[in-house]
Amino acid sequence: MCRMAAIKAGHPIAPALTLRMMLAMQKGHDNSGFAMVMQDLGGVFAEHKPFPLLSMACTSVGLERADQILEEAGWTLQFEYQPDVVNDSTLDLKRMPHYVFRIYRYPPPLDTYNHQPTPEQKQLLLETRLKLRAALAHDDQGYVYSFWPDVLTLKEIGDPRDIGTYFHLWDEQHPLQARLISAQCRQNTNYQIVRYAAHPFFLQGYTLMGNGENTFYQKNKEFQQRLHPAYLGFESDTQCFLYTLHYVCEQLRWPLAYYKHVITPLSFEEMNTRPDGQVLRRIRQSLMHLEINGPNTVVFVLPDGRMGVIADAKKLRPYVIGRDDDLVVSASEVCGVNMVIPRRNTELDIYPGERETVIINNNLEVERWKQ
Amino acid sequence: MEAVNLKINVPVRNNGGEARPTPARDTGQKRAVVIKPTYVRDPHPIDLPWKIVWNSETCIRCGSCVATCTFGAIQAELQKQGQTFSTGPIPKPVDNSQVILAIKQVSDPKHFCRGCSMCEKVCPTNSIRPVANEHHRFPLLARQGGTPIKRGGRAHHVPVRVLDYIKVGRISQMTDPSLDAARHTFDLLTPFGRGLPADQLPLRVENGKLVEAGWTPPLRWIYPVLIGDMSVGALSWRMWEALALAVAYLNEECGMPVRMCTGEGGVPNRLLKSEYLKYFILQIASGHFGWNRIIKAMPEMVTEPAGILIKIGQGAKPGDGGLLPAEKVAPHIQAIRGVPKADLLSPPNHQGLYSIEESVQKMFLSMNAAFKFRVPVAIKVAASSTSVAVFNNLIRDPYHIVGGFFLDGLQGGTGAAHEVSLNHTGHPILSKLRDCYLAAVEQGKQGQIPLFVGGGFGDTGDLAADAFKAICLGANGVFAAKIWLQLAGCVGNEKGRCNACNTGHCPVGICTQDPRLVARLDVDAVAQNIVDYFLALDVELKKLLAPIGNSTLPVGRSDALIAMNKAIADRLQIAYAC
Repeated sequence: MCRMAAIKAGHPIAPALTLRMMLAMQKGHDNSGFAMVMQDLGGVFAEHKPFPLLSMACTSVGLERADQILEEAGWTLQFEYQPDVVNDSTLDLKRMPHYVFRIYRYPPPLDTYNHQPTPEQKQLLLETRLKLRAALAHDDQGYVYSFWPDVLTLKEIGDPRDIGTYFHLWDEQHPLQARLISAQCRQNTNYQIVRYAAHPFFLQGYTLMGNGENTFYQKNKEFQQRLHPAYLGFESDTQCFLYTLHYVCEQLRWPLAYYKHVITPLSFEEMNTRPDGQVLRRIRQSLMHLEINGPNTVVFVLPDGRMGVIADAKKLRPYVIGRDDDLVVSASEVCGVNMVIPRRNTELDIYPGERETVIINNNLEVERWKQ
Repeated sequence: MEAVNLKINVPVRNNGGEARPTPARDTGQKRAVVIKPTYVRDPHPIDLPWKIVWNSETCIRCGSCVATCTFGAIQAELQKQGQTFSTGPIPKPVDNSQVILAIKQVSDPKHFCRGCSMCEKVCPTNSIRPVANEHHRFPLLARQGGTPIKRGGRAHHVPVRVLDYIKVGRISQMTDPSLDAARHTFDLLTPFGRGLPADQLPLRVENGKLVEAGWTPPLRWIYPVLIGDMSVGALSWRMWEALALAVAYLNEECGMPVRMCTGEGGVPNRLLKSEYLKYFILQIASGHFGWNRIIKAMPEMVTEPAGILIKIGQGAKPGDGGLLPAEKVAPHIQAIRGVPKADLLSPPNHQGLYSIEESVQKMFLSMNAAFKFRVPVAIKVAASSTSVAVFNNLIRDPYHIVGGFFLDGLQGGTGAAHEVSLNHTGHPILSKLRDCYLAAVEQGKQGQIPLFVGGGFGDTGDLAADAFKAICLGANGVFAAKIWLQLAGCVGNEKGRCNACNTGHCPVGICTQDPRLVARLDVDAVAQNIVDYFLALDVELKKLLAPIGNSTLPVGRSDALIAMNKAIADRLQIAYAC
């Protein structure tokens, strides 16, 4: 199974914590990869929060091609972080020639900066990422993970311990720091092992990872591929969860609580007893193909920084959320949480149920919404 | 003891050929028996599809078989039988003969044996049975007089049962757990009624909740296996009542929202005015039979029907209209349909509807308006090479009023049709189901018009498996009809047994209006059989859902299926496995 770890903190933290959590849960995964999305950045990117950050792994040809596309589109490079790597050939990872973490300024008409991107900026960021992805994908010259302000993505195939060593991620004072880190170990087993199949996935401010098996993958995929141009790839069944989250919240503009209603609808018996039953039945029909099945826990981050956890309708995958004063730590297994905050009050740990949405808000308070 | 003198004037047969005198016996008396000649041109049981095998030694001459046979295919005859016996103090063999009562098969093709085996069923000594005659010449005899062959039943000559090549091959093992059919909860309902794209749902946010802000098409959540359309008229009133009774029981007592389509031909007035009407889908077909009564009953309806089904065509006889022979138009049928006793022919098409667009605008709007846009209106068509074109047109309808697409394959049944239609027209259902579903996928419109399919589902008795496979291929539900008749005792099959639904002589009282035959059907027992079958089917559906890790219907989950035939796999776009 996959193992997931997510930390939301009041202060910037290094990825070492999530790596340690992964090692604690090592018996549950197969050392085949490590991927993380860092948000609300500190460290070297603390001064660049409103500016789009491009996260990409590529060849020299891919880099040159991407540079050209961005330059022609009017993007201006503002800052670049090049990771310091350990060139040890015995490390177990499939390294790429270039790991790109660059801050850009928008092309002139959109060259303004607020707390959140404007709708036009959102659209441009998405189109640019998809364009870069397409340009690098056809001859396998690289992988474009995210292009968004204050969001950094790193994915690699190999032993998480060695990936950590390669990027110096074990260093508690690493230049990459964030208040929000979502991380996952183990590559996809259903389909080919490719970097794009590694979660967390990111789309227009929404980050998502999942632990489980979406047995309605094909239904989800066939429905989603016509809903939005960015719903593509489908290298992993977990991408479907992200696309549905994006569709419900960003496209339909429905309140977040309806995400749960869409992916794990209430039984008809329950719906029929509720005053909003008519609305729920109607939603169920319209979005029947976005329902999920199988054992799944979904962990997501919203554009406003809130983090959420949802379980499948049968609660077939475990997940636990632990807290201390300045830290909310969640993981697939309680040993992962123990690795970071061993002396917390475990009676306050939360195991999300099959009919709730757990939200960790920006004050690090945990809200439990009953479906 | 003296030998018997034969003075009975009954037909006695010999071995064929010209009439000839029976050799004189020792009495020397003149014969009183007339032996009819047999000509080669005359029909004979050897020409018929079924031959009666009768055992004179074990038969007790009770007459049950002759009394039971509704087709007049057997009759009692006196038959002269030669015998040799000895009498006297010094026994001396004497040739003699006696007359026995024999059961004989009638050679007239109009009374041919249908192989229904009712004679065998009632015989207390197992002395009689029909045997299929593979060398028969029936198709050559039965068209005499220039009349095409008609029959009921289902298509023959279907070379492959595709469903049997398909298995549920994606089993949850280590990556995800199988569910427990007995302990987990399952949600098996399917939508009946037009679905809107989510971004067109009239919803607005109010205090963090979505609330309705406009009209949405009528929607019912129903059980995914429906009782297909069979009319009062085609069925005996007892059979129809048993179905209706089973449906009401399943809904009221078992919590299973099973819906039944009435078929064309009206509905008993008592049902129209009852609260149980909500379990029935009223059908309107090209003959519009029964609709004057339905419309008149509308002011007195206490609830709304489950839906309206506009029948354009049916899989068993595509391109052909309904046919209720005059033999079956009994007084109560005349009353329900509002017609005199005559052959009732529904035209092959709805007169006045000449295009898909027009049907949407006229017929769908009319039927929607009649029930104030509160009842789903669906369409039933025969599967055809053109099915996708029809489906595409409907799914693009801007009024969002087509509430269901019922597609009927060639293995569906019928009460009466020309045999040439039954055997040689039609389209298998699965490929057209798949085509329609994938057409919806291509347009991102899957589920907007729920797809229901029929035609051969449950033929082997395993309706749950057949329905499950169809659902994985994209169906929202399945309608079945023949299987309920078989549960009631119908003995017809694809191999030519019985299929006499058109004659009015149904030997088990299902497809007849003859009170003596209808009396053979026990309404309560049939209803119970159907209820029992549905309860078992429900468990079996769960036993198929659980291994693939699903607790709701896997509509379109073709990845759960494999085909053990490459051509089938390729055509249906599922994995080939061997």
